[in-house]
Amino acid sequence: MSRYFLALAPILMLAACSPPGGDSDARVAPNKDPFPSTYRALPSETLLIRGATIYTGDGGRIENGDLLIRDGKIAEFGQGLALPAGASEIDASGKWLTPGIIDTHSHLGVYASPKVKPQSDGNEATAPVTAEVWVEHSVNPKDPGFAKALAGGVTTMQILPGSANLIGGRSVTLKNVPSRTMQGMKFPGAPYGLKMACGENPKRVYGEALHVAPSTAMGNVAGYRAAWIEAEEYNRLWQEYLDGESDEKPVRDLGLETLAGVLNGEILVHNHCYRADEMAVMLDIAKEFGYKVTSFHHAIEAYKIADLLAESGTCASMWADWWGFKIEAYDGVRENIALVDKAGACAIVHSDSSTGIQRLNQEAAKVIAAANRSGIPVTEEHAMRWLTENPAKALGILEQTGTLAVGKDADLVIWDGNPFSVYSHAENVFIDGALVYDRNDPARQPKSDFMLGILEIDGEIK
Amino acid sequence: MKHQGKYLSVVIAFLVLAPGILAAEVIAITGATVHTMTGQGTLNDATVLVENGYIIAVGNGVRIPDGAERIAANGRIVTPGFFDAYSYFGVSEIDLVKETVDVIQTAERYTASFELADVINPRSTLIPINRIEGVTRAMVAPQAGFYQQLSTSPILGLGSVIHLGSTENFIVARNNALFVMLGETGARLAGGSRANALLLLREALQDARDYAANRQGFDEGRRRVYSLNRLDLDSLVEVLNGQRPIVATVDRASDIESVLRLANEFGIRLVINSGAEAWMVADKLADANVPVILDPLQNLPSSFSALGSTLENAARLDEAGVTVAFSSGDSHNSRNMKQAAGVAVANGLSYETALRALTINPAEIFGVQASYGTVSVGAEADLVIWSGDPLELSTFADYVMIRGKTIAMVSRSTLLFERYKDLDGPLPPAYTN
Repeated sequence: MSRYFLALAPILMLAACSPPGGDSDARVAPNKDPFPSTYRALPSETLLIRGATIYTGDGGRIENGDLLIRDGKIAEFGQGLALPAGASEIDASGKWLTPGIIDTHSHLGVYASPKVKPQSDGNEATAPVTAEVWVEHSVNPKDPGFAKALAGGVTTMQILPGSANLIGGRSVTLKNVPSRTMQGMKFPGAPYGLKMACGENPKRVYGEALHVAPSTAMGNVAGYRAAWIEAEEYNRLWQEYLDGESDEKPVRDLGLETLAGVLNGEILVHNHCYRADEMAVMLDIAKEFGYKVTSFHHAIEAYKIADLLAESGTCASMWADWWGFKIEAYDGVRENIALVDKAGACAIVHSDSSTGIQRLNQEAAKVIAAANRSGIPVTEEHAMRWLTENPAKALGILEQTGTLAVGKDADLVIWDGNPFSVYSHAENVFIDGALVYDRNDPARQPKSDFMLGILEIDGEIK
Repeated sequence: MKHQGKYLSVVIAFLVLAPGILAAEVIAITGATVHTMTGQGTLNDATVLVENGYIIAVGNGVRIPDGAERIAANGRIVTPGFFDAYSYFGVSEIDLVKETVDVIQTAERYTASFELADVINPRSTLIPINRIEGVTRAMVAPQAGFYQQLSTSPILGLGSVIHLGSTENFIVARNNALFVMLGETGARLAGGSRANALLLLREALQDARDYAANRQGFDEGRRRVYSLNRLDLDSLVEVLNGQRPIVATVDRASDIESVLRLANEFGIRLVINSGAEAWMVADKLADANVPVILDPLQNLPSSFSALGSTLENAARLDEAGVTVAFSSGDSHNSRNMKQAAGVAVANGLSYETALRALTINPAEIFGVQASYGTVSVGAEADLVIWSGDPLELSTFADYVMIRGKTIAMVSRSTLLFERYKDLDGPLPPAYTN
């Protein structure tokens, strides 16, 4: 028997043993969570962090602040907290305490380091609409980049499919904890996202390279609309079936199921889009089909339509200063994030980079500096919102994390200096109250299996 | 006519003395904290006097001539402008718009003689965007892989040092380094194995050596067939003469060792570029006096050649006595080199070395240290007044001078900001010019 058939045999047997599908009496929608989170918080203790400068993540600032972690949650914070009996204590005087940083745009795990071809799992670039793929099935938890991001204070990130496709598939939100499985990282209760992409990439991957649609911007738009029309119809068929108006059980379609999830408000749209005019068109498409664009991503020209973003309640996930690598990215300004923020829209610093994700605090710092210099006053505690509160909002997890609030997950970072200084480091990182990274203790620094035994330095295998 | 002739000769004499530098006024920067990048170290409350593009005095108690333009630093830090040691200024405007990209060639006819100097566009928008943030010099060099393009040979061609201050006479040192790509990308370009790339380079150097010793024989067709054409051989002869170094882009420790052996075999000057694992062979690099150009932010095992990547690369190399210089990798954002340098400091590099890696070290690597890289008498005046610590994220360049010329703090990016900072004007933004 060939290796191919050997590998296939268990699957064929399983298929043969499974019961005939579809009980015609029970009208149930397909399981919405077939790959459930198995995340369990790591062990934590009751811990009082004392004397820090606290940026609360929602714009607040507390000097000489204390915070109590109990049962993995934020139990209390403010000034002069008492040390409960049996609790441990960290003296954080001279240090800063913030919520854990949240990245709305990462490809960790799906373009894992080393970035060799077999680890290039981020773009199902075989058709312009691949709503049926779920990026979580590409996530390799061994990516050494997760640990590097953790050392930069990132506690949560959304992993997105790439931008080759008009509709690239589902995203997944992960807690940045080391795990043997993807399911062990899944943020419990976080909604799914859908990746969409405007502009050059789909045109290049399909029109230019393969001579199939889309090859133009108008081809892009036709592609989105055709997909939503199908999704509306699919949604209607399922609704009629579930409501008992029709006895014909619709055939499941993974792609349309995801798109229907967007129309039903269960799945959040994350839309890669650079140009202001294209974002305006995308907002109209959302109106046409009755969904919401939760966040534009990259949005180099967001500053040109900051008012439209504010009006539609759409976030923009942006870089501090990337520009010029494509013509749709030619109009970068250093103040982009600050201008979006000033207009009252939801501004987010994102990375889209395994290097950038390690220093999102520094990216925000550059924007603060540029804004203040250009006459747009921004305080550090306010800018913290771009790193924690707003991304939590865009990922639908603000009730659990993203700001300091009693009862929220204790996802926290103690910085050894001002987090907006180039010289500062995340010293301790907590996820659900558990110390998951300690800059001063190698035993609390996760290391990917991949990194084990691959370096020989001075005759010693590291 | 006679009078006019005399006037012309004065102008000509001036141009000969100071090619490309036309600023005639005297400028005095006063009250500065000057990082001289020389043995003088850091001077407090110092004056820097600039005339005709050159620094003519530095220090305390410098007499300022009447009529000099005075710029009060008020204690702020002054450094030389920063140097991006491996850039694509003027040879790629928009990376994915091929018509604007000259930094990579895919022809096969020329390799070592491929030179960018004649096609650098000094009007590129990248130049104002970066110089107003304190980048004043750069090595412009060919690349092996650039977005979706790949070069055809591991011998990439010649790079030149430019300044970012003017559209005239902007080339500071022409064709003063030969760039090659070894390691895994070199292997891909040369036939599959790293050994192909090394063999190709070795044969080219052997041929160039033979050619240099037998030029007449070559012209008369009496030499064996060389692997390269005449222009490429001429270029390599300069390498063999020691007139220009080879800059080898390579990451893996063993690949660095390979090219060190090759350089030793031919007695040529070598510079390592990228060098993710350079720290692992730091002693060998120090012994061979081979400098390393690196991006301090490279810390991921992004390839099997970069498994040893670490934020401490620069610090460990410096500790071993290796000269380090920085490059951004992304010339659209060379302005972020200062951030990367700050990260290197946060990971063990001395502050002074970080400043050197942005100024005098790349100048020495590319042989332009006499004219740039220090704040000292006789150097060309590339000076930046910083609003604070130049490596800190909250700091901006308040004032930039390149070769004595005050730079207007305007770029395409600042103009876009001015146009769109208020969206509620009576007319569309297009009327804000």
